[in-house]
This record gives sequence, structure tokens and C-alpha cells, in this order.
Amino acid sequence: MAIAHEIISHYKVNIDREDCQKCKRCLTNCSFGVFSFNGERIIAQSNKCVACQRCVVMCPAKAIHISQSESFLPPHGNYTRKIRNIIWAQSGNGGVLLSATGNDRPIRSIFDDLLLDACQVTNPSIDPLRETIETKIFFGRKPKKLEFIVESDDFTDVSLKTQIFPNFEIDMPIMVGHMSLGSISYNACQAIYRAARELNIIAGSGEGGLHPDFYEFAPNIITEIASGRFGVDINYLNNAAGLEIKIGQGAKPGHGGHLPGEKVNSLIAQTRMIPEGSDALSPYPHHDIYSIEDLAQLIAALKEATRYKVPVGVKIAAVHNSAPIAVGIVRGGADFLTLDGFRGGTGAAPRIIRDHAGIPIELAIAAVDERLRQENLREEVTLIAGGSIRYSADLVKAIALGADVAMCSLPVLIAMGCRVCQQCFRGLCSWGIATQQEYLVKRLDIDIAKKRIINLFHSWNEELKEVLGAMGIDSVESLRSNRDRLRYIGPNPRIADILGVKHAGE
Amino acid sequence: MRWENYTSLPETFRNQRVFDGCGISGLINIDGTRISGDTVIDMLCILKERENGLGAGYAAYGIYPEYKDYFAFHFLFDNETAKSKVLEYLENFGSVIQSEPIPTSLSHEIDNPPITWRVFFNPISERNQDEAEKIVQIVMEINENIDNAYVMSSGKNMGVFKGNGWSHEIADFYKIREYKAYMWLAHSRFPTNTPGWWGGAHPFNLLNCSVIHNGEITSYGTNRRYLESFGYKCTLFTDTEVIAYLIDLLCRRHKFPISIATIALAPPLFDEIEKLDRKSQIIIKNIRATYRSAMLNGPFSIVVGNSDPIPTMMGLSDRKKLRPLVVGISEDENTIYMSSEEASFNRLMLINNRLDLKEVWHPKSGTAVIAKLGKGLIKNGIENPLKKRTIALLEVA
Repeated sequence: MAIAHEIISHYKVNIDREDCQKCKRCLTNCSFGVFSFNGERIIAQSNKCVACQRCVVMCPAKAIHISQSESFLPPHGNYTRKIRNIIWAQSGNGGVLLSATGNDRPIRSIFDDLLLDACQVTNPSIDPLRETIETKIFFGRKPKKLEFIVESDDFTDVSLKTQIFPNFEIDMPIMVGHMSLGSISYNACQAIYRAARELNIIAGSGEGGLHPDFYEFAPNIITEIASGRFGVDINYLNNAAGLEIKIGQGAKPGHGGHLPGEKVNSLIAQTRMIPEGSDALSPYPHHDIYSIEDLAQLIAALKEATRYKVPVGVKIAAVHNSAPIAVGIVRGGADFLTLDGFRGGTGAAPRIIRDHAGIPIELAIAAVDERLRQENLREEVTLIAGGSIRYSADLVKAIALGADVAMCSLPVLIAMGCRVCQQCFRGLCSWGIATQQEYLVKRLDIDIAKKRIINLFHSWNEELKEVLGAMGIDSVESLRSNRDRLRYIGPNPRIADILGVKHAGE
Repeated sequence: MRWENYTSLPETFRNQRVFDGCGISGLINIDGTRISGDTVIDMLCILKERENGLGAGYAAYGIYPEYKDYFAFHFLFDNETAKSKVLEYLENFGSVIQSEPIPTSLSHEIDNPPITWRVFFNPISERNQDEAEKIVQIVMEINENIDNAYVMSSGKNMGVFKGNGWSHEIADFYKIREYKAYMWLAHSRFPTNTPGWWGGAHPFNLLNCSVIHNGEITSYGTNRRYLESFGYKCTLFTDTEVIAYLIDLLCRRHKFPISIATIALAPPLFDEIEKLDRKSQIIIKNIRATYRSAMLNGPFSIVVGNSDPIPTMMGLSDRKKLRPLVVGISEDENTIYMSSEEASFNRLMLINNRLDLKEVWHPKSGTAVIAKLGKGLIKNGIENPLKKRTIALLEVA
């Protein structure tokens, strides 16, 4: 490409020449090839830098820092630098632009426009350090009602008549989102699953199969059956707490998975049951699911194959018509339903889809919860909501809007060391998270990563308890769908209507 | 007393949740002996700190033995038009056996008192429709869609009397002392955010079930939305309405024994469940899982009276016991008393020095006290034998 059309880098790599010891550690640590040594000094090619901060942290002399490029483009309020970059890139390579992580457009977060309630005078708040506040929940389908055979008034003398569906308990209403082995590394998976087991929460396997090393974590893993059917065999189905049919993903509604062949090494190939080096592109739709009754058949087939021992659910991206789709899915027999909002993350997705398709999770939760209630189906199903649950405040608000479980992924990656450079699709992650290159993967210390995930969710759960206590609620069940405890303070009251939340002051 | 707002709140206060603090009292005679309202009035009116003159009410069971097979509607009307509209409406669904005013006494000249009316009603039995379900529909329809009319109660051989005033004023107005009942529930209130209205006082009733309640549930939104998916319309925006519907859902529609229903409303903590045997664990965990939205959170103490199928009185406080509930049993074990405060019992003993209570106790948080007609105390709310204790009796001069 002509030099005239090179895209100006966002970042500038600065090396303090006085402090630099020329140890060349930056050369080995940078997986993006920024650094070289010309025999005299370290040379940095800023246009290759992604600001992942690996060199900054690893430089023993702390001689490197990354700054924003000072190069100033003629300003334009509409043709922003980002838009111009997109045009330059496309006119250079003629292709669909790839992107990773979640939607990076500065669209206002509705979660941030919601305020929480607290008790004053007429009801006492509860101190979670002194009194019990429960965050355990049951995951799976519930019957509409229970019937008993009653012999006397004592509950020890009654027995259940109602047929019970498979359910399991988790200690926090938190799920680690689906990130496949392939999109993230073996070490990252190992750390997540170990943390999930220790916390007794659940983690998604992603659509890339389950490595036999991870079978031991089955009670805390929900495995995913996606359109590519990667890694699906009877062992995969039998080594899971729950099975999820992946219809869509928040980052790329209407799209399948994209795992570039460069990432498919022997480990990935073995786990996904595909040839080494081949692109793992799962089809956009499931080619055996073109309508709701096809989905119902697959749900039934999976239940049959696993002898009705584990809940079977469906994940959809939050799109305009999520509510009626959700109702169909629940009627189709899904025991749980995962909603993934338009800010949800990805290892690789076309930028056009990531940034422009789908709807915010806040609105999707509200619409789906309300619609399921109208059809008296809500109590039967476990509703999981993800798509940018960034911190505990989002978790609390997602539950108050109507979710049973909040699902998140990027916070887990950040806890492990991710700096959100958004280059996951390139397989060059210098932190050993979103890569399959062995020398990079080794950089992720499984024990430390595990401990940091545990710390993160432990603190989220404590903060959840603090909020519940302030609201005078001693069990998370009583927060779920309790929209009375939320108020809206954003600019658009129409949003408050859709959320079923009053405006602050009302 | 406030001679206004009989059948609805003033416009400005509608669609707002009502918060209040309260006094509650109740009693049941296990052998079915009917006693006058005197006792329950004495129990309630002593709890004066718990009310501010903005609402009180009484529920009495066994007061209409001569009409025991018919549904007894207790109405409040603002005017004659509303009355004739409701009576006309009722004719569509069955026969009115008796239609008469509820006797009241006005201590002084009032310009515009409410019309208090009662109707004994026999619904036409339709195929495929439950009689009780029909009555529920009628009550919902009148309360929601007929202006200036409010149904206070709709059970058989029972009635609710309520209004906006101090507990002793309401008792005098409805001549509560002249009724004889085997079970009494009484309630006085201290609302914080509305001037109160007559229909909004407690007890809250649906069919044979009446609820009196003290507290402010923090799970209101969850409970209300749960009930709405079963077709209930929570139009009064009070916690008590929600509690009454939950009990109706659990006990009548889902046919739970009351003891099991209380587990759904105030389930044991998971730590406590883990200590139980496996069978009990499965039962309770399934109740918690299935009825997670029926769980009541936040401070409450409630007393529920229900005459269907066996007349029962149930007392329950929240899992953290943030509202008081105290229970007493008479020396002959025939009468069970429940109240917000022990003062109620002391008051009784002060008035009647022959009365002695065998035991007085504070039930464990989140654990129900249940007394059944003909059976006695089924659950004492402590779940182990009570330790004998004497009450400090006041000397009667």
C-alpha cells in the first residue's frame, strides 16, 4: 500500500533514553512487533502499537510509556477520526472490518441512569456484616405450582406430588459469560473454571467444545451447542451442569462464530474436532433450526440425550423482537434463557454488526421479563442477562429489572490482566489471555488469575449484599423484578416507561 | 373520625404506595364459642401509640349463623346511585337473599356519612366455574370499575368493618361490641403518606380470608408483579393487599395447607435448611425455588384469619423479626390471643381479673403460629415445648 494512505497511529511509544538499559525485554514481550534493536538503541514503531501496556509493565527500568498520538487531524464533528479510519482501512483492504470486545460507541449506558432505593425510618435497613443476607439461587426450570400429598399440618409429613425439573444451586447470581477455548487460552479457561468452582457460580464453555482436562469442572460449567456444533459429542453433553443452545451473541446478532485458522492449533483442533489450521466459522443460523418448532426439537433431543438430568437453555442476542422470541423459546421447553445485549463482547466480530446491531440489555431484560409475566411464564424460567455487566452496580440493576443471573466476561478478562486493547481477533494477546501461542499463553499464571477472579466476584457479591441490606432485603429473590426499588434519572422518560421504572422524585 | 374518602383515595394520592405502622390484635376460640367484640376492642385500643386516628378495622368470624351458607358482602358506598348500581350488578350473577344496612351509630350530626350496606348472596352455579372464583371476579369488578363503591368483605358467615378514625371510634361506629364471633381480628394504623381512606383500612379481605398487617414489605414490586401474572390486580397499592392475594393464591388456588404457605412467605434461611433431613430439605428448597417471588421481605407481622376449610388463625413475623408479634394462650387452652404488644394481654387481665393466661410467648422470627378451630394450637411459632413463665400481673385496685 502506498505510503500516502497509511493510517496514522492512535498511540505513541515513548522510550526514556536515559533510563533504557537496552535489555531488550520489550522486544520479547511485545507480541505486536513494535520494538527492534538496531545495535545501538531500541527502536519503536508506534503504528504497530495497540497500547496493551505489556512493555510498560515489564520494562525493568520503567523507561517506556505510551501516550496518545499528538498527530492532529483536521477536526470534523461528523467525520470523526474513527469514521475516517474506517474508510481508510476499507479502501485499503476492501474487506469487512473485524473487531473485538464489545461495542465501543459512546452510547449512553441506561444502567448508569438508574438509581437505587434505600430504607429510611419506616423500615429498617439490614447490616450485612451482622445479619444474614442470602444470594443463593436455583438455576433451572421451576414448576408453575407445587402440589403436595398432605398427611398433617407439619411440613415433615408432606411429600411432593409435582414433577420437579433439574435445578442446581449457585451461591451468587453471577455467571461468567461464554468464552470458548480458542477465543481465549487454555490457561485463561483453567483459571475461570477453577474460580467458578471455588465460588460455586457457573461459567460458560463457549462454543468451542470442552477440553477433557476441564471435565472435572462440569458441575460449574454450562456448555454451549452452537451452529458449528464444535466439539459436541456425548462426553461434552454429559460433562455440564447445563446445556445452552447458542442462537445469537450480543456482539454479533445474526452471525456465527469467527475463529481464524491461525488460532486453531492442535489443542483447539482436538477440542473442537476440526482440522488444525482451518477457520472455525460457525454458520450464521443453525441449519437445523429455521423456526421455533425446530428449536423445540433440538431442546427435546438434548434433554433426551442427557436423560433429563440437566437444564437445557437457549441464548439469544437482544434484538428488537426479543420479547416474543423469548416467549416462544420458553414455550419450546427451554429451562433457562440467556439474553445478550448489544454491548456484549466477542473475540472477533465484524465491526459493522458489533457497533450497530441489537438493543441495550437493560431494555431487553425489561421487555422480556414483562412479556413472560403477561403470559405467566416468567417464574418457570431462569433468566440470565449479559452484555456489558461491568461492575456490581450493573449486576444489581439487571436483577432489579428482572434477571435471575447477571452474566459478564470482560470484567473477568480485565481481572486476569486484560488491558482492553481490543485486538483479541489477532491472536497476539501479549497477556496470554486471547491467544493460542504457547509462549504467550505461558504468561498467564493460572493461580494468580484464579485468585483475582475470585476476589472480583467476592467483592461484587459483598456489594450486592450491601445494596440489599440498604434496601431492607435479606434475600436476592426479593430484588428480582423489584423495579419499585429503581428510579430513572436519564434524559429520556420514554426509557423509564419501557423499563417500568418511575422517574426519580416520583 | 374522618367523614370523607370512603371508597377511594383522593385523586392526588392514587397510584402511590401506602406506607403505615400499625397495631394488630386477634383471638380465636378453639371450641367455637362466640364472644362479643369487647375483648378484641380492649386488646387493640390499648395500643394507642401504634395509631394516629387515620384508620382502623375489625374482622369477625361466625357473626351471621342464620345466613352461614351465603356469601356476605360488606359494602361502603358514597351515594345511593353507587348502591343501586352494585345491587343491580349483583343480580346478574345470582340471587340476593337479604340486602340491608350495616347498623351504625353516629355520635353526632354528620352531613355525608358513608352508606354501609350488607348483602347475603347466593351465586348461580355455572358449570366449569368455581363459586369462589366467581365471587373474586365480582369483588374485583366492583372495586375496580364501579365508582363510589367498595367491597369490604366477601366471605361466608363473617364480615369486615373498617373506616377512617381511631380504633375506638370505628368500634363504636359499627357497634362492634354487639356482634358475637369465634374469631376476631383487629387493626389500627399510622399511615405516613396519605390522609387515609375508609376502604384502605385493614383488615383486608378476599372471600373467607382476612389479613391484618403491620410493616412495610421491601419485596412489594417483586410480589406485585408475581401476582399480576396470575391475574390479580393490585389497585390499592398497599402491602396488605399483596399479602392477602398471596395467601389467596397459595391457600385457595394452589391448595397449600396454611403451614406450608407460611414457608413460602417466610422461608427458613439456607443455613437452617441445610441442617434438616434430606426429605425436608427437598420440600423446603422446592418451595423456595418455585415460590421465590412469593417470599415477603422487609419488616412485617401479620395475622391471618381464614374460615375455609377449617377456621384458622395464623400469626407470622418476618425472618428478622423487625415487627413485633406476641402470642398468649388462656388457662383452659381454649383461646389463643395474638397482638403487637403484651400490653393487650395485661389490659384484658386488668379488666377481667378472673382471666389468666397460661403462657405468653414471642414466636421465633419467620416461624408461624397456627391455631385451628376444634384442634387447638397446631404450631406455636417456636417449634419446641414452651417454658412456663409467669406474666407480671398488675394489681387491680
